[in-house]
Amino acid sequence: MIQADSLTKYFGPIKAVDGVSFKVGKGEVLGFLGPNGAGKSTTMKTLCGFLTPTAGTASICGFDIVQNPIEAKQHLGYLPEGAPAYADMTPRSYLGFIAGIRGLSGGARAERIEKTVELANIASVYDQPIETLSKGFKRRVGLAQALLDDPDVLVLDEPTDGLDPNQKHEVRKLIREMAPKKAIIISTHLLEEVTAVCSRAIIIASGRVVADGTPEEMEARSRHHNAVTLKIDKDSEAAAAEALRGLDEVANVQPRGGGVLIVYPKDGRSIIATVNDLARSQKWPVEEVYAERGHLDEVFREITQTAA
Amino acid sequence: MSNIWTIFKRELRGYFATPVAYVFLVVFLAVAGALTYFVGNFFGREQADLQAFFVFHPWLYLFLVPAISMRLWAEERKSGTIELLFTLPISLPQAVIGKFLAAWAFAGVALALTFPIWMVVNELGDPDNGAILAGYVGSFLMAGGYLAIGACFSAWTKNQVIAFVVSAAVCLIFTLSGTQFVLTFLSGWVPQTIADTIASLSFLTHFNAISKGVIEVRDLVFFGSMIVLFLIANSIVLDLEKAE
Repeated sequence: MIQADSLTKYFGPIKAVDGVSFKVGKGEVLGFLGPNGAGKSTTMKTLCGFLTPTAGTASICGFDIVQNPIEAKQHLGYLPEGAPAYADMTPRSYLGFIAGIRGLSGGARAERIEKTVELANIASVYDQPIETLSKGFKRRVGLAQALLDDPDVLVLDEPTDGLDPNQKHEVRKLIREMAPKKAIIISTHLLEEVTAVCSRAIIIASGRVVADGTPEEMEARSRHHNAVTLKIDKDSEAAAAEALRGLDEVANVQPRGGGVLIVYPKDGRSIIATVNDLARSQKWPVEEVYAERGHLDEVFREITQTAA
Repeated sequence: MSNIWTIFKRELRGYFATPVAYVFLVVFLAVAGALTYFVGNFFGREQADLQAFFVFHPWLYLFLVPAISMRLWAEERKSGTIELLFTLPISLPQAVIGKFLAAWAFAGVALALTFPIWMVVNELGDPDNGAILAGYVGSFLMAGGYLAIGACFSAWTKNQVIAFVVSAAVCLIFTLSGTQFVLTFLSGWVPQTIADTIASLSFLTHFNAISKGVIEVRDLVFFGSMIVLFLIANSIVLDLEKAE
């Protein structure tokens, strides 16, 4: 439902977005990851028709954002970076304005507004000027604006920025609940958010897509993927490290002191069962043993730093 | 059409949501009144017309109209709401026209609130109310012209002060071009046709023609085309910024 083909955007001589292509289908939540200034927001602005692409195309629900902007935007709910809103309005008048532009009227209008106010949880500030609201409420008013017409496509630029952990949780829950019926793109620099809500992630660095896959696939690229952490009796530590190094599937063992050993597998294989068996047969007093999923932040750092 | 109306309503309400609107109305009415009574010698003339009132309007608008128009786009750009506006399913002309009409309606409200002076002149004498109406129509059209210029320059910048200063300067050019001072200055070294063209672009010339009570098609066409021209320029400026 969202398609970008070699989307490119120059600001003067600076290439902000450089040939970015991706597709997002119904039911997918795509996470845009990248360091600040990597081109996440510019990609979103171009995708949503605020900026005209220098080259390449983007379409929403089959409507080209440059050729048929009105039709494309009718299917689009967009939360711009920083959730800008008319400061002198109240959420009530603001949503009324958006409903007017979206062509909602009568019963449908009242129903959608009521539903959205409930979803975004802004009933308590409904009649306060937006400029007097806290950052969290402003963000939620912006979210309400994007959700108002129940669009097929949602593009949310840092939807949880400035929210407290409870509010973050609420917004993520909301995104997950809406996901089956929509195509959603969110940008974030919070890696935990990607694992929490995204079905796919794209890492952007210097305007280019440098990685594209599920959060699990990304984690699998980590050195820590499937690494086993073993905590045993301090005295058995040295002997255990030696024995573990002897295993075929083990690439390396790192003692961390205090009886903690980190066992790195060869080629990201799953080795927890093997390690467990060895521990049992050697009768090491195991206090703790678990496998790592991989560190997304490590992958992120590695990918974005080599690309930049 | 309904999108223009929606934008119009929001924008007009925006004027009255802040004290700026009321400050503006008070200043406009006070200055308009003061100029009419003290400089225009409204009572001393002992004539039952509003010439002493209308004659100052071009000069009054020169500074007050850019104050209305400066926020139109500059504020949207500064607060980032322009990004919201242009990712909603509306066309650029709809936004440009809706916002302009709101500013124009606000100027209309300010102008309409000068009605006491019309009551006074009707109380004291027996004026030609047709001519007075023509004066109001001319003044309103002129305000529209200045506003369109101001809207265009407001789209250039996110700084309202710059928008104000540049708009006022351009408005000044379009006003002064019809004064005797400029025409004298031009005569002799500029071909007559060019001097005439410059003079014909003056808001002053066209407004004076209408405010004398004669609404001529060419004066209406002049203000109409000024408004259309600068609103098109306004759209082009906004469109260029998208491509920038």
